[in-house]
Amino acid sequence: MVTLNAYLLVSGLLFAIGFAGVLLRRNIIIIFMCLELMLSASNLSLVAFSRFNTVNGLPNYNGQILVFFIIAVAAAEVAVGLAIIVALFRARRTTHVEDMNSMKG
Amino acid sequence: MPSTPAIILFLPLAVAAFVLLASKGFKLNATVCALVSTASVAITLVLSLALIFGAKSDSPDEVVKLFTWADFGSLQLEINATLDRLSRGMLFVVTFIGTLVHVFSLGYMKDDAGKARYYAGLSLFMFSMTGIVLADNFAMMFIFWELVGVSSYILIGHWYTKDSAADAAKKAFLTNRIGDFGFMIGILILFGATGSITFAGVEQGLTAGVLTGGLLTAATLCIFCGAVGKSAQFPLHVWLPDAMEGPTPVSALIHAATMVAAGVYMLVRVSFLIGVSENAATIIAYVGGFTALIAALMATQQDDIKRILAYSTLSQLGYMVMAVGLAAGEAAMFHLFTHAFFKALLFLGSGAVIYACHHEQDIWKMGGLKDKMKGTFATFAIGTAALIAVPFTSGFFSKEAILEAALHHDMLLFLCAAGVALLTAFYMTRLVVVAFFGKARTGHSDHATEVPMIMLAPLMLLAFLSIFSGYSIIADTLSPAAVHSEFNLAIFLTSLGALIAGAGGAWILYAGKDKDPLNIGIFRNKFYFDELYSVIIKFAQDKFAMVVSAVDDLFIDSLCVNGISRAVNGFGLLLRRLQSGNLQGYAFVFGLGILVILYIALINT
Repeated sequence: MVTLNAYLLVSGLLFAIGFAGVLLRRNIIIIFMCLELMLSASNLSLVAFSRFNTVNGLPNYNGQILVFFIIAVAAAEVAVGLAIIVALFRARRTTHVEDMNSMKG
Repeated sequence: MPSTPAIILFLPLAVAAFVLLASKGFKLNATVCALVSTASVAITLVLSLALIFGAKSDSPDEVVKLFTWADFGSLQLEINATLDRLSRGMLFVVTFIGTLVHVFSLGYMKDDAGKARYYAGLSLFMFSMTGIVLADNFAMMFIFWELVGVSSYILIGHWYTKDSAADAAKKAFLTNRIGDFGFMIGILILFGATGSITFAGVEQGLTAGVLTGGLLTAATLCIFCGAVGKSAQFPLHVWLPDAMEGPTPVSALIHAATMVAAGVYMLVRVSFLIGVSENAATIIAYVGGFTALIAALMATQQDDIKRILAYSTLSQLGYMVMAVGLAAGEAAMFHLFTHAFFKALLFLGSGAVIYACHHEQDIWKMGGLKDKMKGTFATFAIGTAALIAVPFTSGFFSKEAILEAALHHDMLLFLCAAGVALLTAFYMTRLVVVAFFGKARTGHSDHATEVPMIMLAPLMLLAFLSIFSGYSIIADTLSPAAVHSEFNLAIFLTSLGALIAGAGGAWILYAGKDKDPLNIGIFRNKFYFDELYSVIIKFAQDKFAMVVSAVDDLFIDSLCVNGISRAVNGFGLLLRRLQSGNLQGYAFVFGLGILVILYIALINT
């Protein structure tokens, strides 16, 4: 029997990897993918909580419903985000975040 | 129907405004302006004579309320008119000399480009001076005190394109301001102590003894400061000789007969104050005596005819101030009364000479004028006689009164006054001998001719009064105060001795000379007062200004003003670093923030 802790550990690891990717990678598309990874990590923990938090023998579906919401929002976000990235690339001919610092004070 | 004093006070103001507006706005002929102004001052003369003759000998002193200028609840600044013997007599002097000067100016300023402006200035002066005379409270007196300062400034600087005239006007105004500042402090002390600014109220307070000792002396001396400035007493006497840059009739009216006498008039008005403050009275007497002496010494070595008369005025004002300090206010006013006539006469006479000699003022470039200008010479000689106190002229009586006061109070001051009398006789004889006798030294004086009647007539009228204004038939009705001193042989002999020694000495020294046989640098250079003051200003004021400027630079400017802006700027620079424009930097800080929140929320409860 796999325990809740194991799921949470994997979820945390995924989240940490995603966050590290966001912080460390320079290519904006990879950063974007790492963001998705972080969202998936939170989805995983939500599903795990739902499975292990039973009411009358049935899982608590609130968690799983929230996962659908997150997937929907993530899809929308990807659509907008990729569009921005494409526009940026057209304007700047680059996908490296170091080159996009015109908001520097 | 406005009351008589109201007309006397405000008619000149209205005329001044009219003349200025009409000549500027409607291009009214300047001669018409001059005539309007002259007519107005003649009306005020008639009205002030009506005031004098309308007053019964036993009619009480009254205060005519004109209007309240400002009302601060417990403090009311009122423009009123005091009518008593002092103000009526002074009003007569002011309007009478004023009328003659207006008439004289019709001739003297005939071709002047700024004639309308000149007459507007004269009218403004008449308004201001009347205000001083009529004032019944310190506030009103101070207001008009400043106004005569302004009109004096305007008239000294009449020929403002000439640097010396513009400078003299500034000097007169600034020097007066120093005195006025003291005057204001004095008024404030008196108001603070007695709670009243009217002369009557302050006098009541003093009688009740609310102000005593050192503060009383200080207040009196502060008030005296005003007189020191306006009446050009030592150490603020330096402006008066320079004020001679103005047109000569102005010198006669303002800087000889009336405005400079305002200080003496004011001191007599507040004589209740001087009466109770003995220390201050002594100081006042000695300042007056000292001024009289140094001014007379300076007069002996001047070459400019008007400057000699200016120093003589200083010296005579010193006499009057001395008399006030010796508790002989009546003698002071009597001398003011007679002096106004003969000094106005001398100034107008010198004006006639200057006019005839094509604006030549150096007496060594004149000479021989007595045959060419008989009328002017005769009147000038009469004025001189009155000034040097030839027996039975008006000056003799009034000077006698002051000498008597000095003899009774203070031997030192008496000797000083006698010395001044001698010097007066000396320098006036020198002036007359050099300018009128001998032979003409330059073409200007050689071609001089008698001045027109419009200038000669005021001289004759003044000459008449110079002789007779001391006699009781005139002095009793018209003068602000008449003194009939007992015949005192000692004083008579002193005065006569001084006269003979001074006049005789000058005659022997100067008769037939073409250049000054004496050359006393310290007198000629006015005891180096001007130089001393410029050194004081250079070293005291400039150093002080340096300190002030340093404080301003270091403290106010760099610390307060620029300091605040620099602090804001620096803080902004620091905060700017936060906005790096680096996406991942933001994400890192964001993550760090979440960690901190988690730490606070979960572990550190």
